[in-house]
Formats: sequence, structure tokens, C-alpha cells
Amino acid sequence: MDPKEEIKKSFIAAIWFMFLTFPIMVVRVDTIEHTVTWRWERLIWVGAAFFLLSFIWRRLLDRKLTGPSATDTAPAHAAPRWKHLTADSRLKRPALAAAALFFLAVPLLFSWNKTILVTNALIYVVIALGLNIVVGLAGQLVLGYVAFFAVGAYGYALLNLHYAVGFWSALPIGAALAALFGLLLGFPVLRLRGDYLAIVTLGFGEIIRIVLENWNELSFGPSGIDNIPPPDFFGLILNLRQTHIAIYYLMVVLTLLTILVVSRLQHSRIGRSWEALREDETAAQAMGIDTTRAKLSAFALGACWAGMGGVVFAAKQKFINPGNFTIWESILVLCIVVLGGMGSITGVVLAALVLVILPEALRVFADYRWLVFGAMLVLVMVFRPEGLVRARRRVYAFEPTESDKTEGP
Amino acid sequence: MTPLLDIRRLTMDFGGLRALEAIDLAVHPAQTVALIGPNGAGKTTLFNCITGIYRATAGDARFQAGEGRCVPLRGLKPNQVTALGICRTFQNIRLFGHMSALENVLIGRHCRTRAGIAGAILRSRRARDEERRAAADSFRLLKKFGLAGHADAPANSLPYGAQRRLEIARAMATEPRLLLLDEPAAGMNPQETRELNRMIVQLREEEGVAILLIEHDMRLVMSLAQHICVVDYGRKIAEGTPGQVRNNPAVIKAYLGEDDNA
Ligand SMILES: Nc1ncnc2c1ncn2[C@@H]1O[C@H](COP(=O)(O)OP(=O)(O)O)[C@@H](O)[C@H]1O
Ligand SMILES: [Mg+2]
Repeated sequence: MDPKEEIKKSFIAAIWFMFLTFPIMVVRVDTIEHTVTWRWERLIWVGAAFFLLSFIWRRLLDRKLTGPSATDTAPAHAAPRWKHLTADSRLKRPALAAAALFFLAVPLLFSWNKTILVTNALIYVVIALGLNIVVGLAGQLVLGYVAFFAVGAYGYALLNLHYAVGFWSALPIGAALAALFGLLLGFPVLRLRGDYLAIVTLGFGEIIRIVLENWNELSFGPSGIDNIPPPDFFGLILNLRQTHIAIYYLMVVLTLLTILVVSRLQHSRIGRSWEALREDETAAQAMGIDTTRAKLSAFALGACWAGMGGVVFAAKQKFINPGNFTIWESILVLCIVVLGGMGSITGVVLAALVLVILPEALRVFADYRWLVFGAMLVLVMVFRPEGLVRARRRVYAFEPTESDKTEGP
Repeated sequence: MTPLLDIRRLTMDFGGLRALEAIDLAVHPAQTVALIGPNGAGKTTLFNCITGIYRATAGDARFQAGEGRCVPLRGLKPNQVTALGICRTFQNIRLFGHMSALENVLIGRHCRTRAGIAGAILRSRRARDEERRAAADSFRLLKKFGLAGHADAPANSLPYGAQRRLEIARAMATEPRLLLLDEPAAGMNPQETRELNRMIVQLREEEGVAILLIEHDMRLVMSLAQHICVVDYGRKIAEGTPGQVRNNPAVIKAYLGEDDNA
């Protein structure tokens, strides 16, 4: 679109907005003194601000729409420089090594509180990678994901309370329990797609929370469960601070494990069937994929990470109550997956770190956290629907020369 | 000889609309049968009934699934039908758009491979071998359909004609004994259509696959089909060899009634 046209449209939009906001922005009626004040200068501010916003918005949209065609005509190697950087495998190893070093050094570099914050972020990385299986890969929009997190946390707390089950046994049990709940949720919603699925799973999440809040005999209601023991590390006697540092390293290991397992799943026969499900369920089924099985396996394998995260969360917090597992947690995790780029492991890891650590670092925005998240999501959806990091398709390696030798003419 | 696919009095209603009425149709092993008729005649609906996407209102279809097993298709899910050895393409292309061309074909290999969750996580030797073989098989299929250069490109970025061929390659990856093609030449230019014709002939010779073909391009139909079945308003109005069908007055009337270039 040419700039003149854009200016005209923005101008019309600004006028329209001035008109719409006129009653609230300009006219002020004082009902006690029976006077009306006209604040005309405000009209100018509204007009100018809206004109600018509208113009910038149009410009960005325009850039986005014309962007791809410009790169299409250019040769393939003229891709944006940062794409080169991410695609360059020589840089990948040093970058990974640097990241590994950084995460190993966190407890030495930062204060105790900050280390706990990073532990929190890592828990979100793990559960977001789980949700990424369900939403990003299998394309099933599940909103009540926090329920599985709660299952893991309460699973550990209750098993420990009643049967003195230790942390290390609770970790796999919590994962399995959450996977079981994943299946329980999966069966009734097999036939649902899209928004219907989202609404039903949202309800499921709330049901779990409400049950925890009201079933006093089981979960001790809103008062929650206290004195949950931290993990036992090789029988060492650790003080509070050392325990937190140990839990931090445990989370680093768990995160690595999650990344390994999830990326292996993604690049396997099972992972492909999930993606086919996301792309076109009918076609996937017609091509021989048992969609029931694919969905249930995605639900179970997605839920188990939330269960595992929940066990660590309970052990770290020492105290849990239903208030830890509200719908907002589900939404935060979903934000992480969407922002990170559905299906991209790197993207999800980065987005989890950003969305969990940034609000804490920028305390001033604490009140506006959801507002900022919302705006961010809208911007991402409009300008970069594939997320911050585009999921890269795997390139399959062959030895064409070899197959040509055996099969060739 | 018993037919590979034997459809008997198949009827399909959508509410008050009878899309198919008592259709009889047989496809013999390695035979190519064309299904022609004006738009809205019910051809795609017949494919959907065979492949389990729709459940027929009445009638039945039987399939020779090898080793003398004669399986009724009624009530089977689409993936079960595919596993038996029937696979299809879609009239309005339904590829997995964001997956690469090779991955699309790999999805076709899904029902002929076994690796499970444990194999995927542990990368067991068996899983890795199977994966490597599946990728090699898929790549060979891509090559056969002239798509080797597109292997790593997202399916939705392929040119239109290439997408149509990729649909066939994906279906062939399931090792079907019967291939259902729904207007494979739609939207292709004459040169692409000739190329497609050559590929289908080669496919038939090399794999011995039987084909049920829906197509409006009469040159393609006459060159490929040994047997033609004509439907109009959900009813079979004629059947026979290409020569018989061409001169059938009912067929001429059905076609002239619609559009004379069809
Ligand atoms: N899912 C459906 N629901 C209702 N009517 C349908 C459905 N699918 C097909 N039809 C109807 O069945 C008739 C045959 O359609 P179709 O099989 O697509 O025709 P063709 O492939 O021969 O062009 C049409 O009248 C169509 O509107
Ligand atoms: Mg059709």
C-alpha cells in the first residue's frame, strides 16, 4: 500500500476514534454545580495518538504482507542474517555450551532468591514442553493443563503424608498419575475439536481445583498441605539454602531429560503422527493413522511432564494449596507455548524463561502482567504467527549415491 | 476371478438427499476402473463410503485383503481400511501443509511400521533401522513421482501439480492393493497431465496396483481405464469398456445436459 493511502486511512481512523471517545474524553458534566466543561485539547491528543498508532500498525502489517514475496525473488541464501545464525550448526555447539555453563553457574552468580526464581522458570520449561506436545505438536487446544500439575503436586504431598513415599519414588509415580489423568480426560473429549475441546478441558481444570478446594477429607481443602519434605539428596544433611541449590540442579537435570525425551518423541514415528493430526485429522486417519491412539498418547505423554513438574514444585514449596493451581497457571503455560512457537523446543524454552523471569525482574509491571502478556500475544499472532522461534523441519539425511548404486538404472 | 473390491447396492443418504442409490461396482486385481459423471453425481461420496469416512446407509462393500481374506468394509474406521490395503487421494488436496514432502510420505509409511513410544525415547536399534528404512523408501517414492528436489520443502510450498503428485506418493506409501484417485489431473495443464498419465501407467506396471479413478479429463480416462462406470444423480447410468460407454446415449445425454467440454 502506498504511504498516501495509509495516511488517509489512519487519518479517517483517528477522526472516527475522536468522534467515538468524544463523550467520555471531552465533555465533563458536573452534576453538583450544574456546569459542563469542554476539554477540547484532549480531542487533539486522542486524534494524534490514534493517528500515530494506526499508522505504525498499518506500516508493520504492510511490511509483513510484502515481506515474504521480497525474499521469494531473492536467492535462498539471502535469508535474514539472524536466520543464518540459528541455522549455522557451527554456532549451535558453542551456543549450547555457553547456555549449559551459564545454567550450571547460576547458583554461584546470583543470590539465593534469584536461583529459586530460575528453578521456577525451569519448572515452567518442563511443563510447557509437556503442553507443547498436546497443543504445539498434536494441535489439541487444551486449557485445563494445570490440572495435571496439581495431580503431580498433590500426588506427592498425599502419598508422602499417608504412606511416607519419598520424593524419588514420587517423581515417576506423579508422572504416571498425571498420564493416567491425561487418559481420563482424553477419552471423553476424543470427538471434540478446537474451541469445544478448549472449553471442556478448561472445565476439567476447574473441576480438579474445586474438588481439591472442597474435599476436605482428601486434600484438606483451601488450607492445603504443609510440611512437604524436600528431596533427599544421597542422605546428605543440607540446610535450607543448600537444599534450594540442590533442587535447582535437580531441575536442570530434569529439564535436560525433558528436552531429550520430547525432541526424540517429536522426531519419531509417533511425533510425526501427532503433527499429521494437527495438520489434518481426516487426512491423517485416511492415511492410516489411528487418531484415537495418537490423541490419547499425546494427552498422556503431555500430561506426565506436568505431573513431574508438580512433584518438584510441591517439594520445593513445602506447602501447596488449591490456590497454586488456578486457570491463570494454565493460561501462562499456554502463553509460553504460543509465544515460543508451537512445536519448537528452543522457542518454548526461551519463552518460558522470558515469561517467568521478566515479570519478576520488572516489578513495576507486576500489576499489568496480564495486560502486557495479552498485548504481546496479539502482536505475535498478527506479525509472527509461527512464534518467536519457527519450528524447524527436520532434514532427513540419505546417502543418495548409495541408494542409486543399489536401486539405480 | 473374485473382484478385489465388490460393492453391492451401496446407498448413501444425507438427511433427505440421496447421494448414492444402490450402486454396484467391482474392481478386479490390477484393473483400472474409471468413475465418471457430472459434478455432484456422488463420486467423491462413493470414495468416502469405501474408505470409512462416511458410513453407508445401506448396502455393503467387500475387499480381498490378501491370503484369501474377504473383509466387509462396513463399519471399519478409515485407518483400518487403509491398513487393509485401500488408500486414496483427495479431490481438494489435503496434504499435511506444514510438514515436508518427505514427512508427508513418511506418514503414509506409518501403518506399515511398528516403532512405539519406548522405541522412540530409547532410540532402540530396531526403531532407528526402521526409521532409516522408512525414510529411504519414502525418498524413493518421491523420486518416482519427480519430487526428489522438493523432499525437504513444506508441502504447502510446492507447485500445484507437484502437490497432486505428492498426494499419490503419500497414498502409495501405505502399500495399497487398491488406489483411489479423486480427480488427480484437476487443475493440471496438458503437459502435467501427460506426465501424470505416464506415472500412473508406470505405477500399474511396477506395483500391479488396482486403481479406481475419478476424472473429468476424458483423454486421461480413455487412455488409462479398462472399464468405465458412469454415475449421475447418485445412480449408475452406464458401465462398460471405454468404447461402449463413449457411444452410450444415456451418457451423452448426461454430459450434454451439463457442459459439453466435460
Ligand atoms: N457431508 C455431506 N453432507 C451433505 N451432503 C453432502 C455431503 N457430501 C456430499 N454431499 C452431497 O452429495 C452429492 C454428491 O457430492 P459429491 O460426491 O461430492 O459429488 P462429485 O464428487 O461426484 O462431484 C452432492 O449433492 C453433495 O452436495
Ligand atoms: Mg468430487
